[in-house]
Amino acid sequence: MITHIDLSSVLRRTVCELYSNLVTRPTGAAVRGEIELQLTELRDRTLTVIDFAHVGLLDFSCADEVVAKLLLRFGADDAPGEAYFVFRGLSESHLDAIESVLERHSLAMVVQRPDGSAELHGALTPLEREVWGTLYDKGRVTLADLPAALGCDATDAAARCDGLRHRRLVMRFDDAYVAVGATP
Amino acid sequence: MTTVINVPPSLDEASFEQVLDQLAPLSGDEKILVDARHTRWASPYGLTALLALAQTRGERPGFTVPDAEETISYWARTGFFKYAGDLFDMHGSVPRNRATGESGVLLEITPVTGSADVHDVVERIQQKAQAILANELNIDNKVTMGFAMTLSEVCQNIVEHAGRGGWVAVQTYRWQKRLGRRVVVIAVCDAGLGFRQSLESAPGWRRSDRWDDAMALEEAVIRGVSRFRDPGRGQGLAGVRKFLGRWEGKLSVRSGTARIAITPNWDEDVPLTERLASFPGAQVQITIPERIVPK
Repeated sequence: MITHIDLSSVLRRTVCELYSNLVTRPTGAAVRGEIELQLTELRDRTLTVIDFAHVGLLDFSCADEVVAKLLLRFGADDAPGEAYFVFRGLSESHLDAIESVLERHSLAMVVQRPDGSAELHGALTPLEREVWGTLYDKGRVTLADLPAALGCDATDAAARCDGLRHRRLVMRFDDAYVAVGATP
Repeated sequence: MTTVINVPPSLDEASFEQVLDQLAPLSGDEKILVDARHTRWASPYGLTALLALAQTRGERPGFTVPDAEETISYWARTGFFKYAGDLFDMHGSVPRNRATGESGVLLEITPVTGSADVHDVVERIQQKAQAILANELNIDNKVTMGFAMTLSEVCQNIVEHAGRGGWVAVQTYRWQKRLGRRVVVIAVCDAGLGFRQSLESAPGWRRSDRWDDAMALEEAVIRGVSRFRDPGRGQGLAGVRKFLGRWEGKLSVRSGTARIAITPNWDEDVPLTERLASFPGAQVQITIPERIVPK
């Protein structure tokens, strides 16, 4: 199930009708709380597009509260649901703040570029980037095709994909893996 | 008995220490009169620090306004008298209406007590900052966001750590003597807990052998330590330092009896000053210079 969350609307609805900037920790915590509520209600596996397009400023504190804590919560072993995220509408200054908090927490995320393609941001090893890139380029890779696609044996290939799945960067559908942000 | 505290003719971050040196021997309950009659100029730091000073006094202090008309007019444009009247017993003629005109005031003196104030400050600064940073300081338009982010983070320090309200002001002016360039200056001053006390309130905190204001500043400003155990905390000042590093900006933070400065190449400030006159809270100054565009 794919959901779309316009952060600017969430900000106005949950904190103040007049705000257009995501600044301060209490604001970030309120916005994240609303996102978590929506996702928890959905229960099923979800792919959520979080849209920053109408957000003016994002400061470090709010980036930590909204992005980092959201990824930490849904990447944890006791996550309230199986949620994956694609972030879009990010400006250079949004990314500045987000990159800092991702590095701090050793997190990574998928960002949709204006042309619709996706890229990874945050703390990733070259191998993780390579695996995600291969899956992204191929769209959907079955378990049977995985060793050939990744150039390693089946056990290693599955382990690499499961590592990215744990980081919420790759989804598994029955007998196949799909990179978050890719078009299967 | 009232003790007169003389404000120097030019009041900035450095000369404010003269004010604090005069206060040092006095108890917090002693009546003081802050005499600014001979003051001709004040930086945003000087003005916001004066307001913070009033907040530290047990008995409402007096304040004698500057003699010079143009100084009064300028201080009125910064919004100083609007708040000084609530904190001091004012002596001398204070303009009833705020004077208008070009002043380089990017953000008038604004009280910061809660998260909503930070939103307000950020909303107000953005449009004006964009025009001034790009047109007067030759700083890329994209920097406006980083500038507003910096302002947001330093204001949040008051909300999160001071335990009482503080003040913020932003101004541009020509720093002829020291730099020969225009600068934009952010001053954020409070008379709250200060860095040392804030860090001491962390769960499980233990005093080390050389624990003092200077070490607390090093921990918070250099190493990004926060009183909160949440690993995401302490990123605000780290982000501010990163932004200033990119734009040759300077950051100085005074708290308690110490002051730390992160200095770019154009400045020769000492990195750490200790054994200053004690003053509550934290006083932050950020200076971003005009960029010289090669001809």
